[in-house]
Amino acid sequence: MSCLQTIQDYALRSIGIGERLLPRTDFTLCEQVTLIGSGMIWNIYFGLIAIALGFFAATGMALAKNSQNKWLQKPAEFFIYVFRGSPLFIQMFFAYAVFVVLKQNMPFFAPFTSAWLGATLVLFLNTTAYTAEIFYGALQSIPKGDLEAADAYGITGRPRFTRIVWPSMLRLAWPAYTNEAIFLFHATALVFFSGFPVWGQRGDALYYASYFADKTFNPFVPYPILAGFFILLTLVVITIFGQIGKHLNRHLPQAAIRRPNFLRTIMR
Amino acid sequence: MFSYCTDPSTLEGLTWLSCYLTTGKHMGFYLSFVTVIVLLLITAPVALLFGFAGASAARSRFLPLSLLGKTYTAIVRGVPDIAFFMFFVIALDQAFEYLRHKVKCPDWSEPVRQGNDFVVCAQAKLPLSTSPQWVHETYGFALAVLTFSIVFGAFAANVLYGAMRAVPRAQLETAEAYGMSTRQTFWRILVPQMWIYALPGLSNLWMILVKATPLLFLLGVEDIVYWARELGGTKTARFSDYPHGNWHAIYFFGLLVFYLMLTSVSERIFKRITRRLSHGQATAAGEAQRKAVQ
Repeated sequence: MSCLQTIQDYALRSIGIGERLLPRTDFTLCEQVTLIGSGMIWNIYFGLIAIALGFFAATGMALAKNSQNKWLQKPAEFFIYVFRGSPLFIQMFFAYAVFVVLKQNMPFFAPFTSAWLGATLVLFLNTTAYTAEIFYGALQSIPKGDLEAADAYGITGRPRFTRIVWPSMLRLAWPAYTNEAIFLFHATALVFFSGFPVWGQRGDALYYASYFADKTFNPFVPYPILAGFFILLTLVVITIFGQIGKHLNRHLPQAAIRRPNFLRTIMR
Repeated sequence: MFSYCTDPSTLEGLTWLSCYLTTGKHMGFYLSFVTVIVLLLITAPVALLFGFAGASAARSRFLPLSLLGKTYTAIVRGVPDIAFFMFFVIALDQAFEYLRHKVKCPDWSEPVRQGNDFVVCAQAKLPLSTSPQWVHETYGFALAVLTFSIVFGAFAANVLYGAMRAVPRAQLETAEAYGMSTRQTFWRILVPQMWIYALPGLSNLWMILVKATPLLFLLGVEDIVYWARELGGTKTARFSDYPHGNWHAIYFFGLLVFYLMLTSVSERIFKRITRRLSHGQATAAGEAQRKAVQ
């Protein structure tokens, strides 16, 4: 079977399109690369949805934690504490167990027991907590002068937030937020190992990598392929976030902005 | 455990619970919390050692060594840690068996990799198939510790590398002016001073390490996640003296609380250590302490 044929059969296998049976014997390199790459669709799906929704939720959560109102501040603090203080792995197991119990009484919760919704929800809440903490730190370190200048110009209320506070917060938080995005993508590899079942062998990249490692008893091929895909994904994230970061900093003297160093940007 | 536990089907309420929570399996569950703590206590210093070696290598003037140190940190960071855990456990096991195979059975003619099998001679198996159960379990645990140390060593290497560069140049120049050799400067000036710069990163790393311990489950160790899944599942009266429904949610809630406590306590301890280490340092926190005393 040619490699082109393999790609046609398996490139979309992880979402149920193409050949139903996975290869069982005589695994070629092409099959491994194609299937693990196909699994990346899930990782990208989880990551994109969680980051896109988490960004807005985290802005709200950071504002709540920063607010003077106790009724907003305390719950936000507690939410952030719970999700940052416990392992994502346990959160996944716990959420799945809760959804299973809820499903028995309310059929509405049935879709939550599958990964596409349940795991996305957990990842979304998790990244909201971590991002909110980053944004909160940034809110606290907005230069006093900026706010005083806004007051002097009579900018108050909504415009004060959208034109002064929010852009400054994003600018300050951006490098740390880039890290959070990278680690969220890494965390998506946990999903199918933490309770959420894999239907019809439609799993993520790590699921297929461990499938091959189990079958061939040779970890030295599938895991480096997986690593290659993830490093590629990390580079894409760094590039996109770097562009956005540049856009956020465009009004500043350009010499002051250091280009993010790849090694240092992968830091957690 | 208690004398009234002989016939659990007659029990109710608190007495039932007290018997249920003291079954042999639950004792295994409680013991697995100790496993997690032991893993943390062994892994943290070993990872720090790996990190120190990695950071020293990355600082080296000898190019291959410095490249080795930098690649080690870069690769481990670019890839999800879970993938590393799953890789290293098989890879290390095979590497050890392969080395023992080469030493113990030099006249073995067949290849080690035969299609989808990994075949070594019986004497090279690790642990030997004749060894008792506890040796197998300890070996599995030791592999897990080594895997954790390798992965977290890379993270620690990055933190320590940064800390070594954060020590003010003037300190090192002064040491050189006093005629200290490179080695003396490193051990007597750089190393004692770098910890305060490394501490924020290391405390962060400890938190990540704590939150990575449930992954032990994936490495085949009977840890708290294993037991929570085992004990929380639905038990019918046919197979268990203590039938109950699906209690996974309750058990995992317990684990969640355990981890929240562990991270809160760690946070408090790190705050205390930071205060200690800031004492007498040329940093803002050290300066604030000095002023407070006056």
